Amino acid sequence: MTAPLLEVEDLHVEFRTRDGVAKVLNGVGYQVNAGETLAVLGESGSGKSVTAQTIMGILDTPPAFVTKGAIRFNGEDLLTASDDRRRDVRGDGIAMIFQDALSALNPVFTVGFQIEEQLRVRRGMTRKDARARAIELLDLVKIPNAKNRVGEYPHQFSGGMRQRAMIAMSLALDPEMLIADEPTTALDVTVQAQIMDLLREIQGERDMGLILITHDLGVVADVADRIAVMYAGRIVEHADVYQLFRAPGHPYTESLLESLPRLDLKGQELKTIKGLPPSLTNIPSGCPFHPRCPRAVDVCTTEVPANHRLGLDRTSACHFAEEVVSRG
Amino acid sequence: MAEPILEVTDLVKHFPVRVGVLFKRTIGHVKAVDGVSFTLNKGETLGVVGESGCGKSTLAQVLMRLEPPTSGGATFEGRDMFAMRGAELRRLRRDIQIVLQDPYTSLNPRMTVGDIVGEPFEIHTEVAPKGSRRQKVQELLDTVGLNPEHIHRYPHQFSGGQRQRIGIARALALRPKVIVCDEPVSALDVSIQAQVMNLLGELQSDLGLSYVFIAHDLSVVRHLSDRVAVMYLGKIVETGTEDQIYERPTHPYTQALLSAVPVPDPTQRGTRDVIRLTGDVPSPVDPPSGCHFRTRCWKAQDICATEEPALIVRAGDHPSACHFAEERSVV
Repeated sequence: MTAPLLEVEDLHVEFRTRDGVAKVLNGVGYQVNAGETLAVLGESGSGKSVTAQTIMGILDTPPAFVTKGAIRFNGEDLLTASDDRRRDVRGDGIAMIFQDALSALNPVFTVGFQIEEQLRVRRGMTRKDARARAIELLDLVKIPNAKNRVGEYPHQFSGGMRQRAMIAMSLALDPEMLIADEPTTALDVTVQAQIMDLLREIQGERDMGLILITHDLGVVADVADRIAVMYAGRIVEHADVYQLFRAPGHPYTESLLESLPRLDLKGQELKTIKGLPPSLTNIPSGCPFHPRCPRAVDVCTTEVPANHRLGLDRTSACHFAEEVVSRG
Repeated sequence: MAEPILEVTDLVKHFPVRVGVLFKRTIGHVKAVDGVSFTLNKGETLGVVGESGCGKSTLAQVLMRLEPPTSGGATFEGRDMFAMRGAELRRLRRDIQIVLQDPYTSLNPRMTVGDIVGEPFEIHTEVAPKGSRRQKVQELLDTVGLNPEHIHRYPHQFSGGQRQRIGIARALALRPKVIVCDEPVSALDVSIQAQVMNLLGELQSDLGLSYVFIAHDLSVVRHLSDRVAVMYLGKIVETGTEDQIYERPTHPYTQALLSAVPVPDPTQRGTRDVIRLTGDVPSPVDPPSGCHFRTRCWKAQDICATEEPALIVRAGDHPSACHFAEERSVV
């Protein structure tokens, strides 16, 4: 068996603020292989974006501190690597695209300039060569009339085209791994479908590893190979996409699936998850989901559940994981 | 019994586009709402779906009488909404209320929850005489599932879902007949969305409310609506019952929109009939001639560029604004 492309192990991150310490990540671990899509699913505040930012090394310290864990990319630990080495990996090894393309692009430079910048600095290309490559990349992400649009500014692009431009930028240095943080959340459904198709196509051609961060179960079901479900800075369930939708192994996943209005079913009653996601400065004792869990018993309030193995490459952090999964 | 409460006929709202600093010239119009007609019956939910820029929020503002219409009319309980003045208009403002999208910006951070929910009573004193206000506000908080003891708290002390409940309580204060919901759940997390949707459903059956439910999320609209209108560039392109729109859509745009929504079921991967639209929605300043959708439509013919299709029954059993309307199941 080959080693995974990216391996995150027992990652702990806390934000030290004036109002106290927020434990944002509490032991996150996952792996991604080349050519594979891992979806990281979670609600706001679950820590899915912070994990990605830690991998990229773009968290501000302070307030963020990595207190424990390892991130291995091709076997090399990034957390202990030098700043120069990390910069080399960014873009070349792992690239990232963000949710809001308008604020991720610099408004005072042309789209072309922002793509060419990395090529000139990192690859030592001339202006002319870099421009030619930028046009190729914009063509690749299917921006019509790329030759003329390369000199335009981000505000002249529509929402979908900005997201395409950002994908082109992330591909400029041929990364082995792409992290997409809610890439379609700000887009309309018809445009969302176009962008997801594009990502899927590019990933297939280049055999890239893809981490797709999202809260949309529909998108997950459509493109992911495996899913990691996050809650309160922890991965509560990790499973193959088919297994997870057929028989969820954690009460949180189960409740999420049941609370979702479906386009293809009507008249179903929506089950709700009671209560609110926990505050990260005051995470509940034991299992962090216990105050909202329909099947919580005494042990859940006192003991943090370990990751139960539910078959090959499938885990659930619930004391009653076997019971939950067999019910589905 | 289908008794109409709100009837909208050929409603148009254009915003002028002006250039110049001192001498402003009008160089065109944003055709935000461009001839919309529908009927809302008592106790019913009309879902309005469309992508950003299709005019659904402008429609909400015109229905609230926050913006005057450019032309067209609407009647509320048989009376002309836009001709109302004085006492009659005040009465109308009681009867139609709105729930806004963003629970973070639609509540004044300097006011307590009690003041926010009770503010409508300041203007409409007849609904709650001064002495009974506090009790009324607490009843409202209880109705929407908030702790009545929290009347002195400020909005920042509540989560997104709870804030949306405050917004709903405020809309309910004057016991309205119609509530316009403008994307009420799209800013909320998945696990909170269901709570607010169920609340809206319960309130409707308890209080006999009628909703105009505006959203871009087709699954949410299906769940709550009795009838649905699909909008594209300021026009309704197809309208029918929830079943007709979702099971037997006839307009190509509706079909494309439905097929673009990912279904949370991996076993359907690759088995669904997927229609991919190319390009973006054209600018509402200069919409395409004839049928607005023709620039992205795979069925477009010469006639689509010259003749605007009327919203009439062509195929199936409900109106659709397409020259080549045809039933096709995509869900």
